[in-house]
Amino acid sequence: MDRILLAHGNGGKLGYELIKSLFLASFNNPVLAQLDDAARIEIASGHLAISTDCYVVNPPFFPGGDIGKLAICGTVNDLSMRGAKPLYLTVGLIIEEGFPLPDLETITASMATTANEVGVQIVAGDTKVVEKGSADRIFINTAGIGMIPEGINVSGANARPGDKVILSGTIGDHGIAILSCREELAFRTTLESDCAPLNQLVSQILQVCPHLHCLRDPTRGGLATTLNELAIQSQVGMVIEEARIPVREEVQGACEMLGLDPLYLANEGKLVAIVPASETDKVMEAMLTNPWGQNARVIGEVQASPSGMVLLKTEVGSTRILDMLSGELLPRIC
Amino acid sequence: MKLVSEFRDPQLAAHLIKAMYRTSRRAVSLMEVCGTHTVAISKNGLRQMIPSPISLLSGPGCPVCVTSNRDLDKAIAVARQPGVILATFGDMMRVPGSYSSLSKERAEGCDVRVVYSTMDALRIAEANPHQKVVFYGVGFETTSPTIAASILEAKKRGITNYLVLSVHKLIPPAMKALLDSPELNLHGFICPGHVSVIIGSRPYQFISEQYHLPCVISGFEPLDILQSILMLVQALETGQAAVHIQYRRGVREEGNPVALRTLDQVFEVGDAEWRGLGLIPESGLKIRRKYRSWDAEEFLDLDVPAPRKAPGCLCGDILRGIKNPFDCPLFGGKCTPESPVGPCMVSSEGTCAAYYRYERYRVQDEDRGRRGEVPQLKPAG
Amino acid sequence: MCLAIPGRVIEIDGDQAEVEIGGIIRRASLALCPPVRVGQYVLLHAGFAIQVVDEEEAQETLRLLQEIGDIGEIS
Repeated sequence: MDRILLAHGNGGKLGYELIKSLFLASFNNPVLAQLDDAARIEIASGHLAISTDCYVVNPPFFPGGDIGKLAICGTVNDLSMRGAKPLYLTVGLIIEEGFPLPDLETITASMATTANEVGVQIVAGDTKVVEKGSADRIFINTAGIGMIPEGINVSGANARPGDKVILSGTIGDHGIAILSCREELAFRTTLESDCAPLNQLVSQILQVCPHLHCLRDPTRGGLATTLNELAIQSQVGMVIEEARIPVREEVQGACEMLGLDPLYLANEGKLVAIVPASETDKVMEAMLTNPWGQNARVIGEVQASPSGMVLLKTEVGSTRILDMLSGELLPRIC
Repeated sequence: MKLVSEFRDPQLAAHLIKAMYRTSRRAVSLMEVCGTHTVAISKNGLRQMIPSPISLLSGPGCPVCVTSNRDLDKAIAVARQPGVILATFGDMMRVPGSYSSLSKERAEGCDVRVVYSTMDALRIAEANPHQKVVFYGVGFETTSPTIAASILEAKKRGITNYLVLSVHKLIPPAMKALLDSPELNLHGFICPGHVSVIIGSRPYQFISEQYHLPCVISGFEPLDILQSILMLVQALETGQAAVHIQYRRGVREEGNPVALRTLDQVFEVGDAEWRGLGLIPESGLKIRRKYRSWDAEEFLDLDVPAPRKAPGCLCGDILRGIKNPFDCPLFGGKCTPESPVGPCMVSSEGTCAAYYRYERYRVQDEDRGRRGEVPQLKPAG
Repeated sequence: MCLAIPGRVIEIDGDQAEVEIGGIIRRASLALCPPVRVGQYVLLHAGFAIQVVDEEEAQETLRLLQEIGDIGEIS
């Protein structure tokens, strides 16, 4: 089987061949084809959104996606959370010596397919190869640029008392899908990662509610961490109703078995929207018509106090604080 | 989820709360022995739902928290041995011993692996015949039978590179030690549900007979715990001390004879060192001579440095229920889940972790048990 | 101290069983479990079934809790 060799990463012929035969072929667009040291792109005046993220998911192939799809969705979603329309992406790869070439081809194909689905162009990239053992198979960085339409200013600091908190769907799907691949936990599920691009969902929301206050995608650290970040950034309190948070039965089963809490599990295709109360119905209606918003729910509301904190009304009827994730998420027996 | 969600019904919870208000007359201190109960109480906000005269104390029921520094240092010494894979439950990874922790040792390059079941550790042993796989045997009567079963399975399949470092402990002797300590004035016990699935209800009889305290064996859902508290308050108001099983769907009086036989086949009772409670005779489990070829203590020359206690840490008193986390000077400042000093903060089941995560801001609801709008919030303690 | 959750036995072979917990399936050892049939619920702890759940008792507990509420309404 063909494998990635150190020679692929030393700037020589093999590396050049790889760029031509794999990356150029997959990402084919006129900007990248120039193969200059930097891409030359033209943009309208106005506000740009820029974002970057690194992807080290283990394992790189998981139910519902792979590290390639994840790398594109992650940055596309971050740009979308500022209301920006994603335009251009860059891709940086760090590959371990001996990594199977067919796997790289599959990952590259996923990146290309997802980029096409979103309508963004991958205009610059780099590949480095490191000695065996000094990286875990493959790491990917992606950076992205997007145009923020005139008059849109979505930010985590805009939440106001009285706003409603909307969650676009079920939580914990990605976290449990990844854990199900860890053979020592040995549980089987048909559950897949929710890894998905949210740019379309966001543009539908902004069409009906351009002055919506906040958008945030709860990835690592889970929904609880994201809500706390927003409460701190906006200096507001929040009250969330546990019974209204959608959780798939497989995720609840896995969490009960492993002693984990879905509110802290990773998601890769969900968003939290904080909207003025009067706009709630319009936004919900727009979300429910989009494939990535079918399970959208109003899960709580913003309040003046306690500032910088989130309260949870529990299923059984009490109220307690909902803290950020602290420490490691490890399966426990007690 | 069947047999789970039905026991989280807010209407039934409200019934139980109202019944408590009708019954509760005087201040009582009830101890939930089990760490999983402690988490369930804090996570479901039960403390602020029940009438304020009823106070709930956390007991020594988190196997992570009661593990002594010496027993942690032993596991760390094992992990450092060349050619050894240490398998452990996730709970033990971050607990600080005298000088290090298993997660720090892993970062230093030791082969420390988290497993969900001891059978997974056995699989790792089979897959790595040239290495010794040592399973860190932590846990009470619920867990120790599973380790006994893994040793019998290793013997049956001729797996000789699987060893167990046993620091297993027994609950009733610890409860007796608590009752004999003068500082504690308890009025009743919420007994551990899943330990009792194994040992049944009889081992608690001495508490009602000799110490005249009521005991209720409770399940782990909110309704189970609330019903158990109500049963204890009713028993105290009518002056009868007896052992009752609330968790009837899981616990029989005789427990689980199959598990008890397996446990007795592989382990024998011996003295054990408990954090906070010191040495308690006949309160630990040692691997019998017959199975010594699976006993890590036999093989690995464990030169363990003298144990050292973190200064200012009150975990010992908290484990005995005579202090609560707010009494500890380190709580929430020097000692947080990010930079834990004592095991009660590290362990996700520890009392301090539960108080920090769910109760460091106590919701001030003047008329306890009234559900509805969100009351004002004040730093608790 | 010990997390154990109810799961439905969907298949038994020898001293192993496939147990379904809210849509996920985990293999469990029956080495510590009293006799159990497919379709019954067991308490799963660290990969072992440690007891067969008594479903009548479960319904009985819920009925009792409802009764407490009814008494509350009367008095």
